[in-house]
Amino acid sequence: MLETAPSTDAYLMLSGTLFAVGLIGVVIRRNMITVLMAIELMLNAVNINLVAFSHRLGSLEGQVFTIFVITVAAGEAAVGLAIIIQLYRLKSTINVDEARMLNG
Amino acid sequence: MTPAFAVFLIVGTIAVASSILVISMRNPVHSALFLLLTFLCVAVLFVMKGAEFVGAVQVLVYAGGIMVLFLFVVMLINVRHLPDEKVLSNFWKGGFAVGLGVFILFVAVVRPGVYHDEQLDKSRLTSVKERIWTESHKNPGTYTYRRVHRTNANSEAVGMALYTDYLVPFEVASLFLLVAMIGAIVIGKRELSATEEETAQQFILERVETEKEVKEAMSA
Repeated sequence: MLETAPSTDAYLMLSGTLFAVGLIGVVIRRNMITVLMAIELMLNAVNINLVAFSHRLGSLEGQVFTIFVITVAAGEAAVGLAIIIQLYRLKSTINVDEARMLNG
Repeated sequence: MTPAFAVFLIVGTIAVASSILVISMRNPVHSALFLLLTFLCVAVLFVMKGAEFVGAVQVLVYAGGIMVLFLFVVMLINVRHLPDEKVLSNFWKGGFAVGLGVFILFVAVVRPGVYHDEQLDKSRLTSVKERIWTESHKNPGTYTYRRVHRTNANSEAVGMALYTDYLVPFEVASLFLLVAMIGAIVIGKRELSATEEETAQQFILERVETEKEVKEAMSA
């Protein structure tokens, strides 16, 4: 597979598409769980970029950083979901527009 | 068209389509399942680029861990009881505009053919630095490093990099996970009301009593 893998720019196009979809999802959705899923999509797009460049440059750094990004994504998902649960207990909703307690 | 490129086209199309479905589904459970499909497709893409270990971690951590976390929270939050509200936020026009703008920016920067694949040495991805005891002619009794190429040793190579060159970031990542775990527990825990606290204390006291009785009965 290593020699016949698709070109790097194909991977970059795919990762750009996934990132744009994730960005749209973060902005347009109201449901907070879906917003968190869209953030995970964006992180995954970044991972595709890192792996593609790791293969292109023949260096392992991209794959090591991908593992760190996955670690950060796991921690971020755990804390984000805890915040969502607490918001649901407080306001009985997970609508992003309803979370405006700091809004003066 | 090589077979690998055909596989890439199919898997990539599934990944993009399911990611669009993730952000367009009304029910979060459906979104989570399509997110799972996206993660698995991305894992296939990783393996095609020679990153077998990262692909395995992707399946284990994302598909195995994070997805279960999402589904748990969806179950804890009773979605059916939520009011039937609009899916799109008030900023959806701006959101689409920003997303399309970012996409066009990416396409402009990463036009096909910009990043040619050079014939670089790919052996670092699958080879391991191994310490071999060879005395050099100039300095007798010193270690010299020699790269040993081993096929399908990607996990070994990544592990070697993680535990030598990236040892400090690796330890910081473990500290980060600890902090995230404590934070999630502290944020997510529910404050008990006064009566609930009393019930819990009574339960603990009764439990201690029972254990004492059991111990006495055992020793008698």
